[in-house]
Amino acid sequence: MTATASPERTENPTTPRPSRRGDRVFAGVVRLAALTILVALVAVFVFLAVEGWVGLTSDAATYAPFTSFASYMEPLIVSTLLASAIALIVSVPFAIAVALFISHYAPRRLAAVLAYLVDLLAAVPSVVFGLWGGRYLAAYLQPAHVWLHEHFGFLPFFGPGPPSPNGRSLFTAGIVLAIMILPIMTAISREIFLQTPRLHQEAALALGATRWEMIRYAVFPYARSGMVSGIMLGLGRALGETMAVAMVLATTPATTLNVIGTASPATIAANIALNYKEATPERQSLLIATGLVLFVITFVVNFAARWVAGRSARRLNR
Amino acid sequence: MTSASLHISQARLPRWAPLLVGVMALALAGLPALLSGWGVVTWLFAALVVFLIAMPVWSRLVEGRRSATDRFVTALVWAAFAVAVSPLVWLLWVVISNGLPAINAAFLSQSMLNVIGDEQGGIYHALIGTLLITVAAAVISVPIGILTAVYLVEYGTRSRVARVITFLVDVMTGIPSIVAGLFALALLVLLFGPAFRAGIGGSIALSLLMIPTVVRSSEEMMRLVPDDLREASYALGVPKWRTITRVVLPTALSGIITGVVLAVSRVIGETAPLLVVAGATDGVNTNLFDGRMTTLPVFIFSQYSTSTPVGYERAWGGALVLIALVMVLNLVARIIGRIFAPAKGH
Repeated sequence: MTATASPERTENPTTPRPSRRGDRVFAGVVRLAALTILVALVAVFVFLAVEGWVGLTSDAATYAPFTSFASYMEPLIVSTLLASAIALIVSVPFAIAVALFISHYAPRRLAAVLAYLVDLLAAVPSVVFGLWGGRYLAAYLQPAHVWLHEHFGFLPFFGPGPPSPNGRSLFTAGIVLAIMILPIMTAISREIFLQTPRLHQEAALALGATRWEMIRYAVFPYARSGMVSGIMLGLGRALGETMAVAMVLATTPATTLNVIGTASPATIAANIALNYKEATPERQSLLIATGLVLFVITFVVNFAARWVAGRSARRLNR
Repeated sequence: MTSASLHISQARLPRWAPLLVGVMALALAGLPALLSGWGVVTWLFAALVVFLIAMPVWSRLVEGRRSATDRFVTALVWAAFAVAVSPLVWLLWVVISNGLPAINAAFLSQSMLNVIGDEQGGIYHALIGTLLITVAAAVISVPIGILTAVYLVEYGTRSRVARVITFLVDVMTGIPSIVAGLFALALLVLLFGPAFRAGIGGSIALSLLMIPTVVRSSEEMMRLVPDDLREASYALGVPKWRTITRVVLPTALSGIITGVVLAVSRVIGETAPLLVVAGATDGVNTNLFDGRMTTLPVFIFSQYSTSTPVGYERAWGGALVLIALVMVLNLVARIIGRIFAPAKGH
């Protein structure tokens, strides 16, 4: 680190001498901080793997009421996917519509305030969403459960068992997730809608297109990959969201596709939060192992989302 | 068709047409709503359906098919926004109306130590825990976050490493909070044995969630600092590190503070990681490095889990305090950003 400064001084008198050491130290510190982030990500994976490894191959009693890690994970994964699917199906149309509203439809002066309103939704802590979902939304949505069961009970998702009497089902949990992931998807779609070149839009309007036709033929094609990446980020959030599901859902270990039944298995994340208390060391490593699975899944989803976004950004810059 | 096609401009509905149809839709849906006693939500939904049919039909008759589609989509977009915001309004209303009765001086100044049944309990221990854990998280993550941003903006421009780090920071924003908690737990377990719980673990988990936000906002702000300032400083013979600490960082300071406060407001409501790694306790614990520590979100969750009326009441009270905290932090961040915003033009 400490450079020998004196011989250089004679050779190159224009270089500001006293700064050299400070510059090097500072550059080193800054590099170190940047590397910390790399190290932290690797550490997350390594520590979860080291601690969770035992959980993958414990004796059968650890997995009660199941017998192996795979059978323990199966209902959790099914529930996680179902809840995320419900969240996405409900949330995506709203997210795109709200983003369009803010970028193209709302009165100019109000747009910033309305955007802030949607961002406020992201500021509400997840535990408050869970509280509201469990105490109010579940009861409010219960009639919808009955209706779905009566009209679509032949589908595996809405039958054959009786609908939930209190609404604390995977369906309600999915709706809460939908509300929670709306802001991130809206924010990303909104940004990309606003980036659409003005000239494209005005050219479309000048050709006589209505506002909707302009959006369809000028904005959507431009924004497609941005929308996809926003949706995938929303999916990542939905997969990993814990408290809302843990507080809304009535859980059972048995795998079921029925999202409106009296009880469903918890999602991977909610299962960890609900069972952390019974912390025998073996169960603890089992939970850490499930966390590792969740980490890998969300990492892949987020990675793909950012890659899609990055690729389109590069393409547009060219 | 024959005479109309001679005109260059097409027939248009008057500007007040949507308003008229809207009022009429409300009235039309109001009739059955009054007769069969629907709730407000059903009434508004019925009115929306009437509007979504009536408006395009009228437009179709006067303006043609394309305009009808346009008006239909416009109505849909407005309705989607209203529906999307309604949970926020409902939730805030519920939290305020349920939380206010629970809050009094004792609620804010007592802990839950030795509180049995319906006795008055409080959130003092949770407030202390939240404060300590969040401050410790900020102490860990703010220097790392800002220095990383310095690296990305001032040192790593166009380098491969910088691009990889930017990408990883983006990916890091998507780490589920519970995974961050498990990471901190795994770290503590590895170092101190399986039964160890401490507030600092919560801080480690939260800092993992804070760092990406701090990096992104600081980076954005430092990129706004005009290069003229840097070059002027170099021209005076100021070394690079002094230029960064004395010119670039002070210029971007307000934006960086805004970003940090927003990041804090984000993690202050985190429940899952703290539940796993910091646990819960009824008493006040001021030692970050030993023993369980309750934070406000965990307090809300554990009171909710009791499934008793008094537990629910405490949970709502805690929720109101938490939301107020988050909103105040949000507001402070915005005010700082507004007041101390650097002059953009020069």
